[in-house]
Amino acid sequence: MATKVKLWDTGILKLAMRDSFLKLSPRNQIRNPIMFTVYIASILTSALFIQALFWHGEAPAKFIFSITLWLWFTLLFANFSEAMAEGRGKAQAQSLRRARREIQVKKLTEPSQKSKVLLLKSADLHVGDVVLVEAGDFIPSDGEVIDGIASVNESAITGESAPVIRESGGDRSAVTGGTQVISDWLIIRITSNPGETFLDRMIALVEGSKRQKTPNELALTILLAALTIVFLLVCSTLLPFSIYSVSTVVSGKVVTITVLVALFVCLAPTTIGGLLSAIGIAGMDRMIQANVIALSGRAVEAAGDIDILLLDKTGTITLGNRQATEFIPANNVSVEILADAAQLASLVDETPEGRSIVVLAKEKYGLRARDIHTISATFIPFTAETRMSGANLPGRQIRKGASDAVEDYVKERGGIFPDSVKNTVDVVSRKGGTALVVAEGKNVLGVIHLKDIVKGGIRERFAELRQMGIRTIMITGDNQLTAAAIAAEAGVDDFMAKAKPESKLAFIRQLQAEGHLVAMAGDGTNDAPALAQADVAVAMNTGTQAAREAGNLLDLDSNPTKLIEVVEIGKQLLMTRGAITTFSITNDVAKYFAILPAAFSNTYPALNILNIMHLETPQSAILSAVIFNALIIIFLIPLALSGVQYRRVSATQLLRKNVLIYGLGGLIAPFVGIKIIDLLLAALNFT
Amino acid sequence: MTGNGFFQIGLSFFILLILAKPLGWYMAQVYENKSCGLNTIISPVEQLFYRLCGIDPKHEMDWKNYLSTMLLFNLFGLLAVYAIQRFQAYLPLNPQSFPSVDPKLAFNTATSFASNTNWQAYGGETTMSYLTQMLALTVQNFLSAATGMSLLVALIRGIARRETKNLGNFWADTVRGILYILIPLSFIFALILVSQGVIQNFNSNQKVSLIQPIHYQQPANDSTGQPLKDSNNNPILETKELTEQTIPMGPVASQVAIKQIGSNGGGFFNTNSAHPFENPTPVTNFLELLTILLIPVALCFSFGVMINDKRQGWAILLAMFIIFIPFMTLAVVSEQNGNPALTSMGIDQTVQQDLHAGGNMEGKETRFGIVNSVLWAVSTTATSNGSVNSMHDSLTPLGGLVPMWMMHLGEVIFGGVGSGLYGMLMLVIITVFVAGLMVGRTPEYLGKKIEPYEMKMASISVLIMPLIVLLFTAIGTVTTSGISSIANPGAHGFSEILYAFTSMGNNNGSAFAGLNANTSFYNVIGGIGMLIARYWIAIPTLAIAGSLAQKKTIPFSAGTLPTHTPLFITLLIGVTIIVGALSFFPALALGPIVEQLMLWEQYGN
Repeated sequence: MATKVKLWDTGILKLAMRDSFLKLSPRNQIRNPIMFTVYIASILTSALFIQALFWHGEAPAKFIFSITLWLWFTLLFANFSEAMAEGRGKAQAQSLRRARREIQVKKLTEPSQKSKVLLLKSADLHVGDVVLVEAGDFIPSDGEVIDGIASVNESAITGESAPVIRESGGDRSAVTGGTQVISDWLIIRITSNPGETFLDRMIALVEGSKRQKTPNELALTILLAALTIVFLLVCSTLLPFSIYSVSTVVSGKVVTITVLVALFVCLAPTTIGGLLSAIGIAGMDRMIQANVIALSGRAVEAAGDIDILLLDKTGTITLGNRQATEFIPANNVSVEILADAAQLASLVDETPEGRSIVVLAKEKYGLRARDIHTISATFIPFTAETRMSGANLPGRQIRKGASDAVEDYVKERGGIFPDSVKNTVDVVSRKGGTALVVAEGKNVLGVIHLKDIVKGGIRERFAELRQMGIRTIMITGDNQLTAAAIAAEAGVDDFMAKAKPESKLAFIRQLQAEGHLVAMAGDGTNDAPALAQADVAVAMNTGTQAAREAGNLLDLDSNPTKLIEVVEIGKQLLMTRGAITTFSITNDVAKYFAILPAAFSNTYPALNILNIMHLETPQSAILSAVIFNALIIIFLIPLALSGVQYRRVSATQLLRKNVLIYGLGGLIAPFVGIKIIDLLLAALNFT
Repeated sequence: MTGNGFFQIGLSFFILLILAKPLGWYMAQVYENKSCGLNTIISPVEQLFYRLCGIDPKHEMDWKNYLSTMLLFNLFGLLAVYAIQRFQAYLPLNPQSFPSVDPKLAFNTATSFASNTNWQAYGGETTMSYLTQMLALTVQNFLSAATGMSLLVALIRGIARRETKNLGNFWADTVRGILYILIPLSFIFALILVSQGVIQNFNSNQKVSLIQPIHYQQPANDSTGQPLKDSNNNPILETKELTEQTIPMGPVASQVAIKQIGSNGGGFFNTNSAHPFENPTPVTNFLELLTILLIPVALCFSFGVMINDKRQGWAILLAMFIIFIPFMTLAVVSEQNGNPALTSMGIDQTVQQDLHAGGNMEGKETRFGIVNSVLWAVSTTATSNGSVNSMHDSLTPLGGLVPMWMMHLGEVIFGGVGSGLYGMLMLVIITVFVAGLMVGRTPEYLGKKIEPYEMKMASISVLIMPLIVLLFTAIGTVTTSGISSIANPGAHGFSEILYAFTSMGNNNGSAFAGLNANTSFYNVIGGIGMLIARYWIAIPTLAIAGSLAQKKTIPFSAGTLPTHTPLFITLLIGVTIIVGALSFFPALALGPIVEQLMLWEQYGN
């Protein structure tokens, strides 16, 4: 789904240009209070221009016209930035729409393959209906598999072309409308009404049509509105101040409305005001690029705030399965004999642990896997009763299993369980591993060390997270000892052993009561309560319906470490807003130096000393400031869309860097920019 | 500037810091209801108060309750001050038999003293009886100062407490502020003042014969009060002889002590602390200057103690000093450089020696000199005090810009008792918000999340002041009733109006005295301005306190932005200055800045 969209895609560009004009409607403008004041200001100067054109104007028509023109440009540029951000979302939505087509549905009267089939349109399906989907069919709507097993191509949603298995019961029972069954069949109970499916919600989210202002965005809008009011007042009181000055000095002319309007638009935080909604939409878009669907904008923002990350051990911190890493023989047994026996006992053991034993034997001791038929072996599968598995060869009975099960097995046959092996078992479990004891007949041969393998590079990631101020806590069902060993190896800050769904939930509540913001990832139905409680909950797309509904972010790649990226995107979103706000406000200093002397030097020539940029004429000075103010929006669109770069360093370092770039930069840039524009205007003889 | 000047400034700050730290700790003890050393003496009085008034000091109030109690209490104070002035003629302790005060002036004075502004549109020794001075004005000095501190304490509790609605008890906070802090300090200080020659009596004004009669000429008026003109239409002058002088008396020391300590600033005499009976010696000047800054500075320490993180108090105090010192230096240098117009009249303003520092001495007392006058002018405006020991109207344009700008910053550089620090905390919230965004995290201050509600309230509180000042100044500059009070037309006249509304809009009380402020226009508009400035800012402040108190405290982590680092202090300074500059730069450009430019253009070399 996450088709990469170029920053300046021509298709989007064209649409955005058209939309920037369409967005000039008052209904659209009033949604953004800051830009709305610019809107009113533009209308006002337009009227003044018409007055100057046909009657006696307050200033030369040419001057009012140029100011008016650039004020409208300011609005268009702001609209353009929003349209660009939306356009990128729309492009994504296009590809999703293709998956949402009208199809024929085989509705079943009862949930059985033998039941009567009723053909209808997918739009007529409702919650609770049961449908049959066979190989080649598209799944008509979201639902839960109640019977059957099939491989499903979910690339329309996830962009991942490898098919996934969907089956009834367990954690892989949820299916999404718009995906295609490739083999076998499924009986599905529909869980969404038409128009409310996952696909529909996703399209709406991606297009940004359902975007609500997030708390931080709201707070920022309030601050910007307050600043706008202050500047409105500053500029409007300049009129009486000017009237007084002119009357007391008896020279010069009262400042024109056009100049005051120009000053106001320059001072008002139009740069951030214009880019604000584009930043928000782009943040959602970046999530989508990362293949994460944010089910609420708040979740994206909250992701930047979290300070505790709960991660499941299995699959996130460690590779999904334990692996054999070592054969530890009993006294008087050679390691080759142990390895040989272990391999024989595991040849047909299809569990990942079993396979890893065969691999270890082959890699370390050169024992090739033997053909089961040539050695005429029968295999004993693992049962809950014996808690062992193994193989019977002619004259040999090899078993492997938990140490107490094997102990019983040998003692039954009159053997003894040596103390040295007991010690080895203890040592292995203290290191965080699992010990499998191998026995042949009544003799104990030794121990296989099965170990959780910590994923490569994860330790470094946790270190980075720590620098960002985020603590990682590992959650595992293992006992305290094993958990501690793995926690130490993976470099997590803390762990929770013997975790059960209730205890996970209680743990999150406790952390939240201490004031922490908690993020977690999960996929199982038993994760759902904890996901619902967490501040940021990333549900895996492969997970159950319950988990997907409990999460506020959905990871289409089903990769639990994605949380780290999610955090960064959240932070980036806030930083972009902060940086452009700072830039916008510090810009005002230069604009004062451009406009104030221009506006008042005919009353007080001494004020010309404030014209430190040596701008050509009062008109060119004011126009340059207005043009700079408009163009800066265009210049900052790429920054707004791609976001301020986030580095995993401490808050202080981050702040120092951003204050230098956007604070100090914002102070200096307009001096340079306005001067250049003024020079250009002078060169074009527009002074 | 002379070495002596540097020494005096350095000494002032040094003693200030030495005294402020223990006082800060002491005040924190008082407001946290812990043992502070004076309990055995004061506690019985305190308990008696509670019993007499039926106050349960343990009863906690939420923010709305705290606010309404405060407003009601202040309204009562305002009405009392108004009533006493209006009935002054019928009340005792009025040896000069002053008539009752005009209603508009009485309204202005009542709002002025209730709101801790102490803007004085009246001349103390020619308008107010001793009873009015003591019972109305001095009492209100205590109450308004204690109110300011109570508001601050409620805000600090809001930050320090968690998941509660309780902000403390307004009655208890105010009673304790008066009994434990303001009265003991004022008592000691008043005694010191008396020892230096500040008067404290109920005598009627004294007439003394001049050793040498003074002769002077003034335009003669006819019986209707119109100036007499000769045939060339020039005024006819008459010569007058003066053989005796009237010397005003009164209970001065007790009022001067609290007006300095409580950042009130309302002098007993019209010329405030420039009067020899209010501020007779360099020692009293030094101490009065010190007491202007004492509680505001000490409250930063109290803040640190009460939130259990002293670094935060230091950070804010440091930010205040870093803004204060360069601007004060600018003002001192500007005054020391003198006025080129005076130079052109042949007056030598160069430094002769330590005791003859030269500079622009117009409007300054010779016993204080340049440095002590300017240091006072900047301190009294940086804090919300407003007492003066020199005439601000006579400062050079740049020298006058600094006091005005100290107020334009919202009087958060030290600021009034209580009000300064809570004003600064509003700016801290805005700084935290911008900084928080820049590090990609929902902003938080001392573990409390800053959300839309806090932003709304902080924005309102920062917004109100420029709103009043600019709007009222605009009205003043285009109405005849506004312009007619101006003594000096031109850019300086604009500065006079701007200063007046800046002073009232910030509850300061000092004035560019060239403006005749005792007119209906200034009395009424100014009175409204003072009320809005004080009480409308109290509402968002307490609302934030209430909202913060209900929040959880987020534990500190590496992702948290520390608010005591040099970086944060720099940012806070930046935000404070930018907010002030962006709002007032145009107005200042048309007032003091252009005046300075024109002055040197005309007279400079």
